[in-house]
Amino acid sequence: MSDSKKNSGLLSDYRILDLTDYKGVYCGKVLADLGADVIKVEKPGGDSTRNIGPFYRDVPHLERSLYWWAYNTSKRGITLDIETADGKDIFRRLVKAADVVVESYPPGYMDKLKLGYAALSKIKPDIVMASVSAFGEAGPYKDWKADELVGWAMAGQAYVTGDDDRPPCQISFPHGYLVTGSHAASATLAALYYRELSGEGQHIDVSMQESVLWTTLQLVQFWDMMNLNLFRAGSRRSMGTALFRLAFPCKDGHVGFLIAGGQLASISMPPLIEWMAEEGMLGAFEDKKDWGPKDWTEKVDAMALTQETVDAWEDSLIKFFANKTKAEIYEKAREKGMIIYPVSTTKDLAENAQLKDRNFYVKVEHPELGETITYAGSPYKMTVAPWRISRRAPLIGEHNREIYEGELGLSKDEMRQLKEARVI
Amino acid sequence: MAKKRIFEGLKIADFTWLGVGPIAMKFMANMGATVIHIESSTRPDICRVSPPYKDWKPGINRSAFFAVYNDSKYGITLNLRMPQAQVVAKKLIREWADVVADAHLPGIMEKFGLDKETLRKDKPELIHIATALQGKTGPYSTMPGHGMVGVSLGGITQVTGWPDREPTVPFGALTDFLTFPHMITALIAALLHRRKTGEGQYIELSQLECSVQFLAPPIMDYMINGRILGRMGNRSTYAVPHGVYRCKGEGEKWCAIAVYSDEEWRHFCSAIGNPRWTKEPRFATFMGRKENEEELETLVEEWTANYTPSEVMNKLQTAHVTAGVVASGEDLVADPQLNYRGTHIIQEHPEIGPHIYHPPPYRFSKTPHELTMPAPCLGQHNEYVLKEILGLSDDEVADLLIAGALE
Repeated sequence: MSDSKKNSGLLSDYRILDLTDYKGVYCGKVLADLGADVIKVEKPGGDSTRNIGPFYRDVPHLERSLYWWAYNTSKRGITLDIETADGKDIFRRLVKAADVVVESYPPGYMDKLKLGYAALSKIKPDIVMASVSAFGEAGPYKDWKADELVGWAMAGQAYVTGDDDRPPCQISFPHGYLVTGSHAASATLAALYYRELSGEGQHIDVSMQESVLWTTLQLVQFWDMMNLNLFRAGSRRSMGTALFRLAFPCKDGHVGFLIAGGQLASISMPPLIEWMAEEGMLGAFEDKKDWGPKDWTEKVDAMALTQETVDAWEDSLIKFFANKTKAEIYEKAREKGMIIYPVSTTKDLAENAQLKDRNFYVKVEHPELGETITYAGSPYKMTVAPWRISRRAPLIGEHNREIYEGELGLSKDEMRQLKEARVI
Repeated sequence: MAKKRIFEGLKIADFTWLGVGPIAMKFMANMGATVIHIESSTRPDICRVSPPYKDWKPGINRSAFFAVYNDSKYGITLNLRMPQAQVVAKKLIREWADVVADAHLPGIMEKFGLDKETLRKDKPELIHIATALQGKTGPYSTMPGHGMVGVSLGGITQVTGWPDREPTVPFGALTDFLTFPHMITALIAALLHRRKTGEGQYIELSQLECSVQFLAPPIMDYMINGRILGRMGNRSTYAVPHGVYRCKGEGEKWCAIAVYSDEEWRHFCSAIGNPRWTKEPRFATFMGRKENEEELETLVEEWTANYTPSEVMNKLQTAHVTAGVVASGEDLVADPQLNYRGTHIIQEHPEIGPHIYHPPPYRFSKTPHELTMPAPCLGQHNEYVLKEILGLSDDEVADLLIAGALE
């Protein structure tokens, strides 16, 4: 490994074999953008994630999936059929030079191929293996199938999402498995840290159901502590209280705000009411115009507010916001220090001034298109050896020669035979 | 043999509050780190004063909202507005901590004399990790906020709900939960680097930037194709039927079903007993089912209405069809898979009594998680931390107490 490569990132000492489909794809991206040498191992013909849209210039094509692009940055890519005897043999050779294997096959699949943790740790005793699955590697549901919708449902999120007069609802760009991948990444690093201390590798079992459960706001605890099943109520929500609105319509969309009581109200309500008074639109807040932060902390207990009061307050706010745009409200919120935010569209996010100021979006070369594409940037700013996208996502089998010939020393003839046998 | 812990001996001074920081540092504690959580009764964590409260009775030590994010930590109170408290905080960082975590708005740690330059000046091996809703720099960074509006700023609210209705707000502080795994990742990456080089660093996270990762493809879709993502209810481009259907029983009884391929469609038809309508030519192909999706959904619901959500799930999963109950909080507590996996761990809290905590959503084969103790009551470990860990004398602690530095 050249010196420049060694210094290219925090994790450049590590090689990771990434056998995941969309269920674990984010794990490898996180590690690759931090400098790890992540090799995506796809089945010949390409991984199914390549079929997920949207697509570049709306042309469905295995090399044009924006989903594939977004979540496979900085990885190299090879094709390999690990179900064939030759493929297994090659995979075992790759494992010998790797630090981590991450996979998202159904539980037991890798074991059946004799490529599970037990088998791989015989070849490479300190290997770290991370397995991402819907429900975990063991248990009554281990063989059950879950897509994003079913995961969202079985982890409790669907129950609390959606309008009350329609079925429970998911996010239209669901992210359950991506979140699972983010957990797999941190768990993998923890296991590598332990390996540095002890010399020992180990197996990590990551569950999507549990990962999504960690995105709920304590549905389990509301039942455990208060015998209360939290429920869905559109853009409003209750925590054993009156229903509070979290999104208010305005002139060109919605803004996010929560009246609440206590500390939260003490921050936003006095300046908001001052603003309403300036425009002569106090409405139901007429008697609160002289209230300071302390009054809101001490006199308003969100748990005790009646629905009638909350509705009256919210109606006044809806009237007040009706002739104002998201941007106008957001600017005023910044000026006055109120916790009011735009309900952003994907366009708003692409144009977001804060993200621009922090140089969040980054340009990535796509030599195969002769173009530069804009990508979401780093989730963290680190002062030492920063995050970066070192290359766009791999094309199908793009690094077969580099890895099979260059590193494993296969001959051109062997390469041809393996290709004809559809092993690579 | 002694238990193996990944972060045995690692010391974290946790100045965070709300969601992201506390959960991230709790996970570190579950993986073996020693974490001291620093709070103040003059500005209690909003999670401490929000439900769920044990038996609906509010109290500063009675909310699981705080407890579940702070188990396995020592808890102390320092009123960092007071110089005497700042001296203690600095001593803790200089003499004890490997890692400092903070989740304050820009300027607050500086006001306490705990800014990153000061902290790392005498201690270059220190790792300082900070998180804020929009990061610590930039024109909007000083705005107060929390994840319940972060989810709107971050674009998720806009794409949740039905195309003909106003957006639905996802229930919780979702952006907190999308961010904290990144905080753990960045911290461990920095720890690996420190182990190799002896060098610490400053790390900064923005909740917005972390949650935008989860909308990256549709943002690129806007930039490249000009399309703004809308709301699709439960519809999917790849599966039909793909929705949530009412089942038998009182109240909110629902099951989610997703049928992706022709093969799964055949499995689905046979699982529901091949009623005559399943043979109609208009449902024979994926395109046909898509075209007649609304009617198909009505027919599916006619079948699901005869069974409880669990019955629907069991019948379909047995036939290799993707299906799952829409679980309520009560259902989650009873969920056989979660219980098999040990997702719900009871700890005996001094004021709440026994209640449910959770480990991180992954299991290590050699280094099992440990939830070593319930969340601290406010200031519960002041004595222990000040005397045993920092070596202060009884008199020094008394002085701090009298000065109000331990509020």
